[in-house]
Amino acid sequence: MNRTPVTGLAAAMALALGATALAAQAPAVATRPTLGPAPRLVMPAVQKARLPNGLAIEVVPMHEVPLVQASLLIAGGARLDGSHPGLATFTANMLDEGAGSRDAFALAAEVAYLGATLNTGASWDAVTVDVGAPRRTFAAAMALAADVVLRPRFTAADIARQRGLRLASILQQRDQPGSVAGLVFNAMVFPAGHPYHSPLNGDSASTAALDSAGVRDFWRRAADPRRATLVVTGDVTLAEVRALAQRLFGGWKAPAMPLPAPGTPAEVPRPATRIILVDKPGAAQSVIAIGGPGVSRRSPDYPAITLMNTILGGSFSSRLNDILREQKGYTYGAGSGYSWRPLPGPFNASAQVRSNATDSSLAIFFREFRRIRDSGVTATELDRGRAYLVLGSLGDFETTGQVAGSLASLTILGLPLTTIPSDLAAIQKVTAADVQRAARTYLDPAHFTVVIVGDIAKIRPGIEALGLGPVEVRDYNGREVGG
Amino acid sequence: MAVLFSVLPAFRPSASAQALHVPYVLDTLSNGLTLIIHEDHSAPVVTVNTWRHVGSGDETQGRTGFAHLFEHLMFMGSEHAVYPQFDRLLEAAGGDNNGSTTNDRTNYYEEGPANALPLMLWLEADRTGWLLPTMDSAKVDLQRDVVKNERREGVDNQPYGLADETIAAMLYPPSHPYSWPVIGSMTDLSAASLEDVKNFFRRYYAPNNTTISVAGDVKPAEVKALVEKYFGEIPRGPAITRNAPAPFSLRADTMAVLEDRVQLPRLYYTWHTVKAWAPDDAALDLVAYLLTGAKNARLTQTLVYDRQTASQVQAFHDSRRLDGEFDVIATARPGHSLPELQTVVDAELARLAASGPTARELEQAKNAREASFLRGIERVGRKADQLNRYYYQIGEPDGFQRDLDRYRAVTAADIQRVVRTYLTGPRVILSIVPQGKRELAAKGRNTP
Repeated sequence: MNRTPVTGLAAAMALALGATALAAQAPAVATRPTLGPAPRLVMPAVQKARLPNGLAIEVVPMHEVPLVQASLLIAGGARLDGSHPGLATFTANMLDEGAGSRDAFALAAEVAYLGATLNTGASWDAVTVDVGAPRRTFAAAMALAADVVLRPRFTAADIARQRGLRLASILQQRDQPGSVAGLVFNAMVFPAGHPYHSPLNGDSASTAALDSAGVRDFWRRAADPRRATLVVTGDVTLAEVRALAQRLFGGWKAPAMPLPAPGTPAEVPRPATRIILVDKPGAAQSVIAIGGPGVSRRSPDYPAITLMNTILGGSFSSRLNDILREQKGYTYGAGSGYSWRPLPGPFNASAQVRSNATDSSLAIFFREFRRIRDSGVTATELDRGRAYLVLGSLGDFETTGQVAGSLASLTILGLPLTTIPSDLAAIQKVTAADVQRAARTYLDPAHFTVVIVGDIAKIRPGIEALGLGPVEVRDYNGREVGG
Repeated sequence: MAVLFSVLPAFRPSASAQALHVPYVLDTLSNGLTLIIHEDHSAPVVTVNTWRHVGSGDETQGRTGFAHLFEHLMFMGSEHAVYPQFDRLLEAAGGDNNGSTTNDRTNYYEEGPANALPLMLWLEADRTGWLLPTMDSAKVDLQRDVVKNERREGVDNQPYGLADETIAAMLYPPSHPYSWPVIGSMTDLSAASLEDVKNFFRRYYAPNNTTISVAGDVKPAEVKALVEKYFGEIPRGPAITRNAPAPFSLRADTMAVLEDRVQLPRLYYTWHTVKAWAPDDAALDLVAYLLTGAKNARLTQTLVYDRQTASQVQAFHDSRRLDGEFDVIATARPGHSLPELQTVVDAELARLAASGPTARELEQAKNAREASFLRGIERVGRKADQLNRYYYQIGEPDGFQRDLDRYRAVTAADIQRVVRTYLTGPRVILSIVPQGKRELAAKGRNTP
């Protein structure tokens, strides 16, 4: 593999042959262009307000396009599930199955008629109601969103139907090796009782137990304006949004209970590296997921960790993708990432590899984890990763949806939008030593959980021969089975 | 974006007749390369979107999957930007890239900060003119392995993954270029040789079979000068002639049953329809929305909400250069079988054919489609691709308003007529059922 730029060769030849003579023969592409200075990132400014009931408002006016994007975020999400996995996501999905004067059909029809979108859902850490609309119909679309948040119907018949649909989708997860790997990975990395242990959408048993009373009780606890933020971007002003929010959400009352204190993160154990196999007889590929508990988004090492991961598995040219895909041809793509959540989310490296390369791929993953810890990164990798992150961010704020999305995800983390430019400035200053230190501190291959969904009969001997750690077999729920 | 949206009708019910206009510069080099430039200074970014007018439909039998395999090889280095500079130089400039292959075309894009434009055009030009000097069997073998993994991931290890290629083989005659899948078969991928690569490149990747759409924070004169500088020396290739496949129609229902490692049975109906931009194309797109585009759409409401016999149902119309198809895909809820779903799908299609949509239903479908169309072109990357698509399909890059108009013009009578014409006749009926559960499969018409 020749990494010497041909432009260098051409320049040397030009000296030897005489520049004029060569210029007549060499095509223009013989010389790689030099680029002018990169544009600077101009961050949109956020304007803020708050309603008397506690609802926070954040607005980024963007007037180029007559579109508006809004996200109502209510902190909590699946972390409030307690002993009922899937309750938050189920309740959030029920919000637009009928609200105010409209049933599910009338609501969907009205949203579409307005040229709008209305989506409800929950993540680990928040319930979200997203609205997109042309400026002209934005107020009408937000009125529907207010119905959904303040006046959901939660009828027994609607709940029974959606419960049946969710049971079907949980059943179908078994068909998807990638989903199975993710569920088993979370169940193994996070201990029972930790909010990230259980499936976001629950399991068959917790879903079968969902009922109208439970959903109503959850929403009474969760729908609290004191921990809600309305993020709006696009062709609006702060004054317009504040007046609209006051009219639609001004009557939203907090539940008669103090805000629950933010929980202290449960201790996540870091057992010695172990390998969990989930059988999929006849599988054409093995799905590999490797990792462990990650790190807080508020860590001062965030810039170094992000750059380290970009070089390890966070870009096409990263080591994991380059070796497993581009050099070995074992996979269509390999990568790694840290999940940034209010509590430390997992670090996860993954690939789907052809079955007979499962052991070889696993060996390369672990070799690369150790190599970046032991030998650090090159100056070329460092420069490339830095530019990829810093200059790549220039396209992240083009649309109302992108700006609303950035603002929303930072709001859930309790961080302002100015975090982005300050992180990028910090990434500019990260050194090779910082990257290596981040790898040594936050990438711990001696304490990783490896989950592999594949054809056990074919792949097990090779995996055991690597001697990475004990090998055990579990089912698609992460429960132990013999073997 | 400012230019694009300042004049568009803000919202459908107003029906103000202002035109949606995406200004562009169109230029053709002496070697036949076509260049489309659209200025949009709202963000400091640029996209170079390149269409090669070749897809899996140009493959020969025994070499299926080749156009897509070739797409992968375009990233394997060229004479002056040797492997792996393509990805590395772009990343080092803050850029990203990708490519995609369909039956009809192969596209590539590079996107990133506006100052990276010369690098993007240089990389694209070098692989357009100087791909073969560094191409070798090792590169073909490597990307062949990658593509086989892509097939395993998307088809062989994917529940219901064999549906698309099974349907294509049943719907189209074997000589029709849409009868095989874009990803190709493992056997054909194994057969692809370095010689095939060279011939394909010389035939299909010449400048006269290429259009480049540049959109973003650029000055057209500078774009033109760069394109002329880097692409101008590449010689024109042979003119490409294609024989249109013989017209065909499905004479009778064609049925198949596949067993797969799945929990729930799934029903697929596919009808042969019309090519992209044919007079009935837009109406068929709206039929798909009327059937499953929202919770109150007919099949969703009936199957998922009222009868609760299906867990999911989806309809879509896929029209391409040569032909089109309309699909209805429904997955049974546990305890239900595919004949139960068939009865409802057949009845709802008959009802739509008999009495058409209500005015409000049709208006909802048009508004929803138009809103998602407009949101879809907010980014310069999507606009660049759309300019290329319109140029390819209708010979006019700024086809946005014409595209919107053909949906606005659809009437309830059109909906009734296209359902009757295309969706009540012979179809492909595919059942994918859990292993050993063939009794859940769909039944043929008139089968008790």
